Amino acid sequence: MEAVKSFYDTPVPARFTGMLSWLITLDHKRIGLMYLFAILFWFLLAVLLGGAIRLELMFPGENIMHADLYNSAFTLHGVIMIFLFIIPALPAVFGNFFLPIHIGADDVYFPKLNLLSWYLYMTGGVIAIVSLFSDGFPDTGWTFYVPFSISTNTNVSTAVFAAFILGFSSMLTGLNFITTIHKMRVKTMGWLQMPLFTWSLYATSWVQLLATPVIAITLVLVMVERFFNVGLFDPARGGDPILYQHLFWIYSHPAVYIMILPGMGVISEIIPVFARKSIFGYKAIVASSMAIAIAGSLVWAHHMYTSGMSDTAVFVFSLLTFVVAIPSAIKVFSWVATLYKGAIQMTPPLFLSLCFIYLFSVGGLTGLVLGAAGANIHVHDTHFVVAHFHFTMFGGTGFAFFAALHYWWPKMFGRMYDFKKAYAAAILVTAGFMLHYVPMFVLGLQGMPRRYYDYLPQYAAGNFFAGFGAMFMILGIGLMMVNLFLSFRRAQISDPDPWGGVTLEWTVPSPPPVHNFVTDPDVLDYPYDFSGVVAGAVNKSRRT
Amino acid sequence: MEKTAHIFEYKTLALTLAGLLVMTGVTVGAACIDLGWVNVWIALTIASIKASLVLVVFMHMKFEGRALRWSFLSTVCFLAVMIGFTFWDVAFR
Repeated sequence: MEAVKSFYDTPVPARFTGMLSWLITLDHKRIGLMYLFAILFWFLLAVLLGGAIRLELMFPGENIMHADLYNSAFTLHGVIMIFLFIIPALPAVFGNFFLPIHIGADDVYFPKLNLLSWYLYMTGGVIAIVSLFSDGFPDTGWTFYVPFSISTNTNVSTAVFAAFILGFSSMLTGLNFITTIHKMRVKTMGWLQMPLFTWSLYATSWVQLLATPVIAITLVLVMVERFFNVGLFDPARGGDPILYQHLFWIYSHPAVYIMILPGMGVISEIIPVFARKSIFGYKAIVASSMAIAIAGSLVWAHHMYTSGMSDTAVFVFSLLTFVVAIPSAIKVFSWVATLYKGAIQMTPPLFLSLCFIYLFSVGGLTGLVLGAAGANIHVHDTHFVVAHFHFTMFGGTGFAFFAALHYWWPKMFGRMYDFKKAYAAAILVTAGFMLHYVPMFVLGLQGMPRRYYDYLPQYAAGNFFAGFGAMFMILGIGLMMVNLFLSFRRAQISDPDPWGGVTLEWTVPSPPPVHNFVTDPDVLDYPYDFSGVVAGAVNKSRRT
Repeated sequence: MEKTAHIFEYKTLALTLAGLLVMTGVTVGAACIDLGWVNVWIALTIASIKASLVLVVFMHMKFEGRALRWSFLSTVCFLAVMIGFTFWDVAFR
């Protein structure tokens, strides 16, 4: 019997071979991989920028860069990490690749729009690069706060325009996913038979679609203000700078959930597979995803307690912030309860998922410190915030991205990586992470402000340890990437289901064929039913 | 699947257009009378009715399915909540 050709061997006309066949592809799997390589490029660039920042702060005074360059370095680190890595990483790469397969479809509902989203993403990235090499590096931080962003002479307009374009890419992807989930699910798959990663993408997509236009129009207003001096945000012209902060955070706080929700979806996929046990509280996790999407959109002003907004607003937004903790805690409880009494099989994806649970929990709990208005006043704009943010975003979404890479790598490329190196890299990254960010909590409580180029002598020890941890972390990330890419030198795996997963991607060959399913797939009544796997049957009858 | 065409009569379209123009006139007229904070609510109410007419008639929302209607409603709710919640700050400064 002839082996099924993978999507890498898609037949193309003679004049559209090689790279061109990828650039004009409408295949969701190819587009997912195109996102993967672009996103990895940006991620590694931003990691190096972050490393340079910490190297500069490792010792007091000027070390490797002057103050202006430092301002630009943390701006670029933030802009690239947020807009070019964390927001698109999980939905654009793994959402594109696996969402249609998870629901038994052959592609997304709008394949051409999907390719357009990738081109918009690349265009936004190129414009961001251009902003570096014309009229000075932007130096506002990723938040583009007024009135500084409308008065500085650096090239803020181009950077803002890049973020505007990237917003469109994000919106179109969200629109595509919502439509795909509604319209293209295989007929036998009900809403409560969908995998949890798909559910998390569904919740994320709604936030992308509803909140992103707010930032898009806000960034346009910043450009209008810069070019035409209208006076929307400039107090000298009767504008309201706090209004900018409202508009910015109306998007950017929900954006935090755009970043973390798909990560939570990934963890919900991995944990039951390696616990060989049905996920605890499937419906509660689904409900909590939607609750996070809704409640997370109502708490934006907890970033603004010290901005000068009314005390009533401080009270209301602080109260609402505590509400968001509930659905997040439901998820963490469900993951831990799934592991309880499971037949646990330790693998790199599970190891990274366990690291995620710990790091994200610390990030979440320190978020409560910041959500409480009284405590927030003391640590606002200090390194405490930097540590909290990185615990949730890097410890959360970043580690979920690593876990997803290790979990789905064999499916995407048909190659298995070396486990020992994967563990070594994961341990290095996690240990480096702790050494990097825990001192920042202490520095913040001691009162060291964030984004400062230099510091008082009492902050020297904390900054030294943080820099030391950063080097470990970068080394670990480097090892992780090398290990994954070295897998291409290994033989192709023959087992389509190396982990014993039960969602639909494990029923198709690795890598998947051009057309995901020859016939309608066999959908389980309950999406995490491992009875067949535990009994050793390993779903052979379900394979297409 | 067979597609069904949704075509409004010219009379309906013309009446809608006339309604929109009249309401534009009312908006301009209301702006000329100083009614304090009521001015804003009059303008917002008229604008909402106009937007609804455009959506229902010109953009054929009348014929769309439940999913699209809910999508639209959730968008309106999102906008209302975002603007409304900003007033926790603006109204109490």
